[in-house]
Amino acid sequence: MKIIVCIKQVPDTTEIKLNPETGTMIRDGVPSIMNPDDKGGLEMALSLKDQFGAHVTVITMGPAQADQILREAFAMGVDRAIHLTDKRFAGADTLATSNAISGALRNLEYDLIITGRQAIDGDTAQVGPQIAELLDLPQVTYVEDLQFENGTFTIRKANEEGYQMVQVEAPCLITVLASANQPRYMSVNGIMTAYKKEVEVWGFEQITVDETKLGLKGSPTRVHKSFSKGVKSAGQKYEVDPQMAVEIIMDKLKEKFII
Amino acid sequence: MNFSLTKEQTLFLQMIRAFVENEVKPLAAEIDEEERFPLETVQKMAQIGLMGIPFSVEYGGAGGDNILYSMAVEELSKACGTTGVIVSAHTSLCAAPIYEFGTEEQKQKYLPKLCSGEWIGAFGLTEPNAGTDASAQQTTAILNGDHYILNGSKIFITNAAYAHIYIVMAMTDKSQGTRGISAFIVERDTPGFSIGKKEKKMGIRGSATCELIFENCIIPKENLLGKVGGGFALAMKTLDGGRIGIASQALGIAQGAMDETVKYVKERKQFGKPIGQFQNTQFQLADLDAKIEASRLLVRVAAYKKDMKLPYSVEAARAKLFAAETSMEVTSKAVQFHGGYGYTREYSVERMMRDAKITEIYEGTSEVQRMVIAASLLK
Repeated sequence: MKIIVCIKQVPDTTEIKLNPETGTMIRDGVPSIMNPDDKGGLEMALSLKDQFGAHVTVITMGPAQADQILREAFAMGVDRAIHLTDKRFAGADTLATSNAISGALRNLEYDLIITGRQAIDGDTAQVGPQIAELLDLPQVTYVEDLQFENGTFTIRKANEEGYQMVQVEAPCLITVLASANQPRYMSVNGIMTAYKKEVEVWGFEQITVDETKLGLKGSPTRVHKSFSKGVKSAGQKYEVDPQMAVEIIMDKLKEKFII
Repeated sequence: MNFSLTKEQTLFLQMIRAFVENEVKPLAAEIDEEERFPLETVQKMAQIGLMGIPFSVEYGGAGGDNILYSMAVEELSKACGTTGVIVSAHTSLCAAPIYEFGTEEQKQKYLPKLCSGEWIGAFGLTEPNAGTDASAQQTTAILNGDHYILNGSKIFITNAAYAHIYIVMAMTDKSQGTRGISAFIVERDTPGFSIGKKEKKMGIRGSATCELIFENCIIPKENLLGKVGGGFALAMKTLDGGRIGIASQALGIAQGAMDETVKYVKERKQFGKPIGQFQNTQFQLADLDAKIEASRLLVRVAAYKKDMKLPYSVEAARAKLFAAETSMEVTSKAVQFHGGYGYTREYSVERMMRDAKITEIYEGTSEVQRMVIAASLLK
């Protein structure tokens, strides 16, 4: 079984602070991490490797520093890492990103493609489904669990009410939730060898796609306006016993005609 | 001279900090309160290679070095001194002497299981009447055909109740003094070997510290570690390495207490402002911070020299002396900064202060470290 996991480096939004005057994000000094949903997807792939000896490749598109998450993936146990980086990929919206990634995937063998549900910086949840469409693959989104037997994946897919059980045959694409599992830690030996392994750097020449579909040129998204969400004033704080707390909450809800 | 972290060290710190936050910190108060050995944590550490960091891949090790090992013990000890010493005693006092002094057969037999964490290691030198004066060994080992017969007991043995492999010193020829002491590899299920009473300790209460009892315990001859009569020197060299581990543990406890204190003084308000805004607090914290960083540098230098195969005995003694005394000072002041709250078990600095004390005592007291340093000055 050959699995390709698409991962993205994102700012750790749990560490982001807002400038209280402008309300904008202070990005300086914010650490970069592997996107949590992608890490859940990577764990799912590595668990298939543990069970069935699957070959796992990770691929990311991003600037030079995105190499770090590929090393992290090596230290977690992946077999191959590909870094898509080229000036022609820059300024891509989700469609242009999906075009570049599927351009690379066309040149790779796979039975299963895994992406995270969405990235914590953009929260669009579009790239996974777009790649599936571009490669004409069946897709299952919001995956919580996956079992493999006799060439068929049996998948538990989350929805708003609960979950659905779905069966799909390879090749296919799934988008995974971070809550699907607890990703493994990098191993010490994995860390010691992560920088000795080769990350394959691919540019435009290595992928199969029309150049006009890439980067800013290939991005139909136009940002109409961007603004900071107003910073709310601090709420009122009460330190009271539970009975009193219930009364205060009830009064407030009535005051606002919620109940 | 380069003080920057390598890429591997950066990645390692990222991993181990997450591991400590998720797996070690949540159990620290519980295992202390219940005096419970955290076997589940040891299994998790084993899975990612933390039980064999500085040993080569050839013997099942993680292929890291002593600097990385020092960082690991420091990070574990920031949250839990018990977990730190479990790794330290296992690595430095059991796996390391086999790695450094064992025969090829002994290395092949024991290291893969120790490095994978399938087996936990321990070390037995101290006896009721042989503490700092370790040469006064009363445990004896008599050669009898193809085996040795051990009689005697060892006390205060870290990991004892959960270990599978013990490095044990015993007198093979009393007339030779320290040159009559030999080292042995003792397996848990050896006939005549048993575990005695468990100590009730002030700190590192999750660590299973027990007595080892040898009653006509039969050890195969091939389990002699090093040369006949070479046990005392082997034990001293082993403890040099152990001091890097304990210095790292002391450093971690100190840093953990410092981190808790910095958080607390920003929040705790008295006289209308956070206590961190008083200059008395600031000056004391600054002094402690400088001492912690000095400890860190001393520890890393000792680890570096060991990695470079340079003499490091004095460096390890300096590191352990300074880090242990710093740890005691920092944790004691951390309790003071926390006031009455710090004296309760609701705040972790209370446990950290109890845990810090042992670092001034085991694997050579602070007085022993001073003896080692002074001897090198006056030789």
